[in-house]
Amino acid sequence: MTSAAETASRRERSRRDWGRRLVILISAFWLALFFVTPCLIVLKISLSQTAIAQPPYVPVLDLAAGWPGLRDFAAGLSLDSYRLLGSDWLYLTSYLRSLAIAALSTSILLLIGYPLAYGIARAPRPLQPVLVMAVFLPFLTAFLIRIYAWINILQREGLLNDMLIALGIVREPVVWLATDTAIIIGIVYSYLPFMVLPLYASLEKMDEALLEAAADLGAPRWKAFWSVTVPLSAPGIFAGSLLCFIPIAGEFVIPDLLGGSDALMIGQTLWTEFFQNKDWPVASAVAIALLIVLLAPILIYQHVQMRALGDR
Amino acid sequence: MRRRKSIKDMSIFNVTSVALGLAFLYLPIAILVIYSFNASRLVTVWGGWSTRWYVALLHDQAMLEAAWTSLRIAAISATAASVLGTLAAVVLVRAGRFRGRTMFSGMVYAPLVMPEVILGLSLLLLFVALDADRGFWTVTIAHTTVTLSFVTVVVQSRLLTFDRSLEEAAMDLGCPPLRTFRTITLPLIFPAIAAGWMLAFTLSFDDLVIASFATGPGATTLPMRIYSEVRLGVKPEINAICTIMIAVVAAGVIVASLASKRRAGSRIGWTNIR
Repeated sequence: MTSAAETASRRERSRRDWGRRLVILISAFWLALFFVTPCLIVLKISLSQTAIAQPPYVPVLDLAAGWPGLRDFAAGLSLDSYRLLGSDWLYLTSYLRSLAIAALSTSILLLIGYPLAYGIARAPRPLQPVLVMAVFLPFLTAFLIRIYAWINILQREGLLNDMLIALGIVREPVVWLATDTAIIIGIVYSYLPFMVLPLYASLEKMDEALLEAAADLGAPRWKAFWSVTVPLSAPGIFAGSLLCFIPIAGEFVIPDLLGGSDALMIGQTLWTEFFQNKDWPVASAVAIALLIVLLAPILIYQHVQMRALGDR
Repeated sequence: MRRRKSIKDMSIFNVTSVALGLAFLYLPIAILVIYSFNASRLVTVWGGWSTRWYVALLHDQAMLEAAWTSLRIAAISATAASVLGTLAAVVLVRAGRFRGRTMFSGMVYAPLVMPEVILGLSLLLLFVALDADRGFWTVTIAHTTVTLSFVTVVVQSRLLTFDRSLEEAAMDLGCPPLRTFRTITLPLIFPAIAAGWMLAFTLSFDDLVIASFATGPGATTLPMRIYSEVRLGVKPEINAICTIMIAVVAAGVIVASLASKRRAGSRIGWTNIR
């Protein structure tokens, strides 16, 4: 009898195992096909050369040709696109500019987002979910709309200039649109929720008694803030900053609509190479190089994210 | 025992920073909404209240068509992303250790921060390699792939917080795993899946970059349409369509928060998103 029960339970366990495997496989298969494979294709095409053909690059991998096909393919690969990236200042300045703008906007986001998140975390308990929702809500209204709203405000005859002139701060309309200032305003505006939410999540967990203890022991408020609050909210600072920095570095829409046409961010360079110059290999090389630059921050972010979700 | 805090207990500094922050977030949107009712064609000159731009919008066939395409893509891809994203969340929280687990979680989390231009380019190159007809379905697949990670994060944080003993009790009483999932787990995590669906829907409805890469001649989405109009300059019709989109989102959020008034709703894990 025991053995019959054992067999049944073993069969049950193996069925459960199959079920588990199936669940893993479905989502893994989708991501492998539509996320990992495409990245490998980008890598492959970045090693190809432009050609007037369909598709517009050589060599084309022809698996049907078997081993010789594969050998021809490997012989046709080249690093030309990467050489171009390294030798032309256009690309280099574009990368540096993107990183500089991303770093600057992330710092401003931190400066604006921290007091906001802190204020929400110190608000009365029942009010906090409402405030969090209020910060998150603009994120749900189309991104494009929010950038567009700023075009209304920042243009030459826009509201900002009207206001500044009415207040007597400036006499002539100031040029805001098509400047780096406009790009940074747009970025800070769009990414603020991404900075505030992780900061809030870590500040909210903090025990206020720690600050009281610091005060009792004679620490001035700024010192208590600096040596208690800031270190305790470090995970939020990390997560928020990475969450902003990484996508900002590859941002396309904001610099395209608010920035000038003389200096491009790397996302725009990729877009131009692909859609206007139809140079697929160079566009792919730009993408791979951007990925390499962002690889360290992406890996750190994943680590932070996994820890936050209790998954090591 | 500690006294309950009220707004009066907040320091002036905290109240100011919250007020300023929210003003910064909402003022541009408010201005946009107000100017959509402006009678003047010049966007910055106030010519009195009017709904003429909304009427003009109703006659803009191309815009309406783009909106319809976007709605369908968003609905289908959000549904597919909810199914796949929930499966991925279940794997990450419940499947324990398995070979390739690190790789799996890497695949799930990477699209969250990957720049859109890279995701868009890579998906397009895949569709070209597969020789797929680009249009409605390629955009839908692209959006499903990109948004499923967001669903996973939302559902995962819910799975982590709920009481596992309920599942264990059902299993101990001989309930098979699939049935346990359907009758115990699914109802408990449903608010999170619904929130994930909404998020995926919005992200898809909102996306310009990935859709521009993944689409073909057939399908133009609403953001692509708005983008090409905006590039030509500010137009009052755009203010009107933006106001409608904001109204729809606001209505959706209000309905959703009323529906999930129960405690489950407040724990859907907004703070863990992205």
